[in-house]
Amino acid sequence: MSNYLHEHRMVVGVMAGIAFGLLARILLLRTDYRQYPTYPHGQIIHISLGVIASALGAVAVPALYQKNLTALTFLTVAAQQFREVRNMERETLSKMDSMEIVSRGTSYIEGIAMVFEGRNYLVIMAAMAASLFAVAFNLWIGIAGGLLSLIIVWKLKSGKSISAIADIIPGKVRIEGPDLYVDNIYIMNVGLQSNRDIIAKHGLGLIVKPRSANGRVTLSNLGQRQAILYDLSTILGLHSDTGEPALVPLAKLDLDSGCLGVFIIPHERDLSKACEIAGRVPLLEMAVRMPSKAGVNQGEGGSNG
Amino acid sequence: MASIVAIVSTSHESVAGGAPIFIEKDAEKAQETAFFLEKIMDATAHDLKNGSFILVDRSR
Repeated sequence: MSNYLHEHRMVVGVMAGIAFGLLARILLLRTDYRQYPTYPHGQIIHISLGVIASALGAVAVPALYQKNLTALTFLTVAAQQFREVRNMERETLSKMDSMEIVSRGTSYIEGIAMVFEGRNYLVIMAAMAASLFAVAFNLWIGIAGGLLSLIIVWKLKSGKSISAIADIIPGKVRIEGPDLYVDNIYIMNVGLQSNRDIIAKHGLGLIVKPRSANGRVTLSNLGQRQAILYDLSTILGLHSDTGEPALVPLAKLDLDSGCLGVFIIPHERDLSKACEIAGRVPLLEMAVRMPSKAGVNQGEGGSNG
Repeated sequence: MASIVAIVSTSHESVAGGAPIFIEKDAEKAQETAFFLEKIMDATAHDLKNGSFILVDRSR
């Protein structure tokens, strides 16, 4: 058996690489409350691309062993391919966004598209690691290397969430005449009495309180705010319809404190759940700013974001 | 930028300009007209607290 494995160690390495790459892709492909990628065809597309990515990663090592250095340039084809995946996801999501009452916003879409591209590179790396160890040592060490790479992939999988930079506290929705407030943050002017009644009955308010100057700048990003509204409206539902432009979820900043007042009109009026959801909203990579890392602010401490 | 698509008011003196103006005899009637216009135009009604409503279109 071990002789056989040693004799065919290139093939064994490639197979191990593909297996671990595919495993990594399946591990990273999760269809959650956003129902994206869609089941089953969206998932089939991404698993198939995962097979291609892992095959590319897996064959790179035997190619090096055979001194076939030009074969490595195939990896550039992979990079091109996955940039296309990113474009495809961006295009699909942007088109879908126009059909949503509460849109995701371009920052959230760009974040999702980037994750799709990034995860394919993680798959290539996992496949490469498994294949390298299997070819250089033996299949068993290859499997160990593959498992190790899966752990690393799992760690790199998800970014931070809003709760890492801010505290979410329940806010009180207040209507004074036509003016709508969440605590003391002015949200909007609601002209019609019928809309005020709906808001008084169904409206829910949250205050997102940044813990540092970095968090404050991040929360002021419009894309990040839209992501919070989108996630809240997707999970809790939205008590609104087309032709009801006054019944929209909104988030406004208190310019003095940097707190974000979030107003939503959910189906399910559960404040503690809403706080939990807002805390779990992904922190968009594009929205993160670190003013504390700027040269002028060095030495003042406080890293977060 | 948002644009004003219609104005509903109870006082003729406080409104003028390029948008269609609807003058109503009391606040209740003005609310009603603003309600209809909001649903018909897909525009948001805002209360200026002086007896006038503006209907604002933000879709463009």
